[in-house]
Amino acid sequence: MRKGTLKQILLLTDGCSNKGEDPALAAAVAYEQGIAVNVIGILEDEQTEQPEGLKEVEDIALSGGGVSQLVYPEVLSQTVQMVTKQAMTQTLQGFVNKELKQILGSEGSMEELEPEKRGEIMEAVEDMGETCDLEVLVLVDTSASMSNKLPTVKEALIDLSISLNARIGRNRFSIYSFPGKRKDIQKVLDWSPKLDDISSVFPKLTSGGITPTGPAIREAMYQFGKKSLLRSLRNDDERGIEETGY
Amino acid sequence: MMMNEASKKQATDLKPGTQITGKWHGKRYLIKKKLGAGAIGAVYLSEAGGQPAALKISEKGTSMTVEVNVLKSLGKVQGNRLGPYLLDVDDWVSPSGEAYSFYVMEYLQGKSLASFLQSRGSEWTGVFMLQLLEDLEKLHQSGWVFGDLKTDNLLVVDAPPRLRWVDVGGTTKIGRAIKEYTEFYDRGYWGMGSRKAEPSYDLFAFVMVFLHVSHGKRFEKGVNPERTLFKKLDEAKTLVPYREPLKKALQGRYHSSLIMKQEIAAAINHTRSRRTARQNKHKSPVLLEMGGISALGAVYYLISLLF
Repeated sequence: MRKGTLKQILLLTDGCSNKGEDPALAAAVAYEQGIAVNVIGILEDEQTEQPEGLKEVEDIALSGGGVSQLVYPEVLSQTVQMVTKQAMTQTLQGFVNKELKQILGSEGSMEELEPEKRGEIMEAVEDMGETCDLEVLVLVDTSASMSNKLPTVKEALIDLSISLNARIGRNRFSIYSFPGKRKDIQKVLDWSPKLDDISSVFPKLTSGGITPTGPAIREAMYQFGKKSLLRSLRNDDERGIEETGY
Repeated sequence: MMMNEASKKQATDLKPGTQITGKWHGKRYLIKKKLGAGAIGAVYLSEAGGQPAALKISEKGTSMTVEVNVLKSLGKVQGNRLGPYLLDVDDWVSPSGEAYSFYVMEYLQGKSLASFLQSRGSEWTGVFMLQLLEDLEKLHQSGWVFGDLKTDNLLVVDAPPRLRWVDVGGTTKIGRAIKEYTEFYDRGYWGMGSRKAEPSYDLFAFVMVFLHVSHGKRFEKGVNPERTLFKKLDEAKTLVPYREPLKKALQGRYHSSLIMKQEIAAAINHTRSRRTARQNKHKSPVLLEMGGISALGAVYYLISLLF
């Protein structure tokens, strides 16, 4: 059986967007394409209240079928890997619930099962999470206010790679920053199985106050599109060859 | 969203006297007091039919299911009580209509490792090391790794003093990615290895537990994490006898808890015999006797390990 690939965008930002389309809309579009959008809002150390701008963080993740979390820089590493894994479970569980609905009717969901059966299903979900392939596109906000947080972000991404590469399934990561020099996003690292070598490529700061989060998400979505389009073409070829054999 | 927050508050904020009735199995539990709260739900001391029990409750059904699965598989490890005994798993719908998942475990009463060693003496360190390694060996043999091994997840129950595991939520099948970890105890964080579930992962965390207890606090990793670890190990006075095996465990050089246990046991006997030899030189009858007693104790302990 061919195992599926989970696709995620991981957005790391510290504030609200101020240019282009509504990021929640862009996230909703991505979700419709089978890409979950997770958002981590990085707080300033002295921030105690949840600032108004970071409300957006939750909205984007909700529309994007992902997980959101507000954190202080010190706990970023643990949060990034936790959010990524939670989102994987959430997506897989979504599939399972859909299947259950088909089998059990509209009442079907994991909560409606007795604890013993739920346990068996959850074990299957965990197995899938361990063995499925995963593609994460990391989208880093590099507007001026993020400058002092970027070293921590780099640490957290290396840590994420340690966590995910302990899985049985394969991983592919890519990193984009926004705003880009001329475009909405800028490629930092092309799809690769590890993030160990990002120290050398980590972005130099783009100064300026614009944060085009919405356009950035949409552009990020296309990066999956390009690749999976290529692959689906390739797969079609393979199938074609097989079929001529019969 | 507001609703969500309100319900979260409730799961970790049950009033003593609250009656919880299981949706599926119908058992009743009376909430007595809160024992603790974490990322996934809260644990309460409860009472069912006059018997005390620990009840963990949360609105995060899936995470709870995962924990229950682990407790169940630990229960299947023959003839051993590695984690707390699982008594019941059920759902509860509160009077205001929110749904919660809960499970009930045996209620373990005891002291934290640090406070036990403080009151009864750090000489107990070696004994607890051997106990913990014995349990880890059994766990590893049955195909699991503890994962989130840390001081908070350990408890010393008394008479006779025995180190027990209270939270086994991080337990992971060997060969998979560690499910749950705490940075200070995680070798990935220290740059000392991967987050793959293998026995050496637990043995690294094992050393961190005793470094934590011995220094009385956690410490920063600094510019050179490996050097920091070895420095902290050298500074830990109560760990002097076990320095060599602990160092090997930090470097991931043990692939089995059994081998490490044997080397720790050897280290304990070595210090005991050395101490006895030194005391013999003094020719003090009282000290001689004491040395004899401790040697005898060591022999008894070894015999008890063999059977």
